[in-house]
Amino acid sequence: MSRTWQSLLLHLVLVIGAIAALMPVVWMVAASLMPPGEATALPPRLVPSDPTIEHYRAVFTRLDMGRYLLNSILVAFTVTGTSLIINALAGYAFAKLRFRGRDVTFRVLAAGLMLPVQVVMLPLFLIFKQLGLINTYWGVIIPSMASIFAIFLIRQYATAIPDDLLDAARIDGASEARIFRAVVLPVITPILATLAIWTFLTTWNDFMWPLIVLSDERRYTLPVALANLSGEHVQDVELMMAGSVLTVMPVLAVFLFLQRYYIRGIMAGSVKG
Amino acid sequence: MKAVTIERQVARAGWLFLAPALILIGLFFFLPAAAALVLSITDFDIYALADIDNARVVGISNYARAIDHPLFWTALKNTFYFALGCGPLTVLVALIAALLVNAPLTRFRTFFRTAYFIPFVTTLVAVAIVWRYLYHAEYGLLNYALTTVGLDPVNWLGDPTWAMPAIILMAVWKNFGYYMLIFIAGLQAIPRELYEAAELDGASAWKRFIHVTVPHLGPSLVFVGVVVMIGYFQLFAEPYVMTQGGPLRSTTSLVLLMYEEGFRWWRMGFAAAIAFVLFVIILIWTLIQRRLEARLA
Repeated sequence: MSRTWQSLLLHLVLVIGAIAALMPVVWMVAASLMPPGEATALPPRLVPSDPTIEHYRAVFTRLDMGRYLLNSILVAFTVTGTSLIINALAGYAFAKLRFRGRDVTFRVLAAGLMLPVQVVMLPLFLIFKQLGLINTYWGVIIPSMASIFAIFLIRQYATAIPDDLLDAARIDGASEARIFRAVVLPVITPILATLAIWTFLTTWNDFMWPLIVLSDERRYTLPVALANLSGEHVQDVELMMAGSVLTVMPVLAVFLFLQRYYIRGIMAGSVKG
Repeated sequence: MKAVTIERQVARAGWLFLAPALILIGLFFFLPAAAALVLSITDFDIYALADIDNARVVGISNYARAIDHPLFWTALKNTFYFALGCGPLTVLVALIAALLVNAPLTRFRTFFRTAYFIPFVTTLVAVAIVWRYLYHAEYGLLNYALTTVGLDPVNWLGDPTWAMPAIILMAVWKNFGYYMLIFIAGLQAIPRELYEAAELDGASAWKRFIHVTVPHLGPSLVFVGVVVMIGYFQLFAEPYVMTQGGPLRSTTSLVLLMYEEGFRWWRMGFAAAIAFVLFVIILIWTLIQRRLEARLA
């Protein structure tokens, strides 16, 4: 087979793959713009005959999804912000601060990586009930504020900081807090950028724990609200697709704009296996 | 400053920096994990939820009940069906995608890589709803495609034989992009000269793949094997949204059963026992994989 044919065949397969990967997302957007009933017409359409934004209007007025959007934004930003600080401090301490009990503590945390979160959910629900955190935003936020996985990643990254740099600052009389801010943070910024995107995406898409902890509709995050609405509105395909677009678009936008940092992080962190 | 004071300053800072994370992880992860074990040997139910004095220690009877419960075995079987079907399939698709995207002849590499990765960042609940429509027996896009090429339509989510394969297909679509990235990273770490040397020796493309690519990809293959299966043992949102565990319980997973028992019927003692079975499965799986990893390294 000549090189041209090889290349042609290769790209044909790649394009078919790309169509398969993107089709559900494309159909979701198309269906959300169709007049009622068109998404279930035969033969199926991929392009709306007469594009309309009425379902988006209904999503905000009739289904009150603006509220869920705000809830999701609030939860995702709070988790991302707080967890970055908490995990960065811990990851750096594990990597660079020498003190008694550090390595034992680290090994205990490492063992925790094998525990599936679902094991924790039942007692956590009962604990949160005692603390009055059921059906609150904090009930969703608190369990995600520290992550063993993120601490590991930061620790791995921070190990590369030269000890001399830190010791020099100490001899100059800098406090540990100042060293963290002025010396450590600038060095670990790339991994923090990756983690920020990762945390935001994970929190936004998270479903099971918010479903358990939130009972009042007014506090639902988008995925919980969407799962709830999709039972009631099974027949309103176009409306449900508008709701799905609203849920997916923010994360898709974050990813598309910041994918450089995100993809680089995944690829760098994983080569070691 | 003196060395001793510095040492003390570092130690104090160390614990101070760890404190927020340790407190959160201790109180809201390790403590409830231990409590789950205790919960699983009690008859904690809706009455105990109202007043904890109603809970009694019942030993291993929750586990005994699980063994007698046909639904538990169904859920266990479904969970393994999903993980064992979906895991290898995801790895295979991810590997093929990585090889294609990374092929020397490929152009617009970034575009294809991004296109294949997009499903992974989408919100699971939202795309599960999308797929529910794509799978629709009458007006779904998938059946339309099948009938167009002359195949019989399939009642994807309405037929107990097809519901789990449908969920597997959707999960492969959703997740392969992430593992593709890991494979691409692995492929790019293979020194070019090895391929050039093999080519000079007259090795065919297939030979080069078997003798150069596969051995070098070994570690990332094992890594992906662990991560992908551990994730798949925790199947929940897909059946919750797409099938509610049906039809005829054919897509009820362990986690879905735990959720229903624990948070719908409030039989939390029984649900905790199910959660522990999941933990043991994942533990065994992790240990097997670690051994494999050690052998490969």
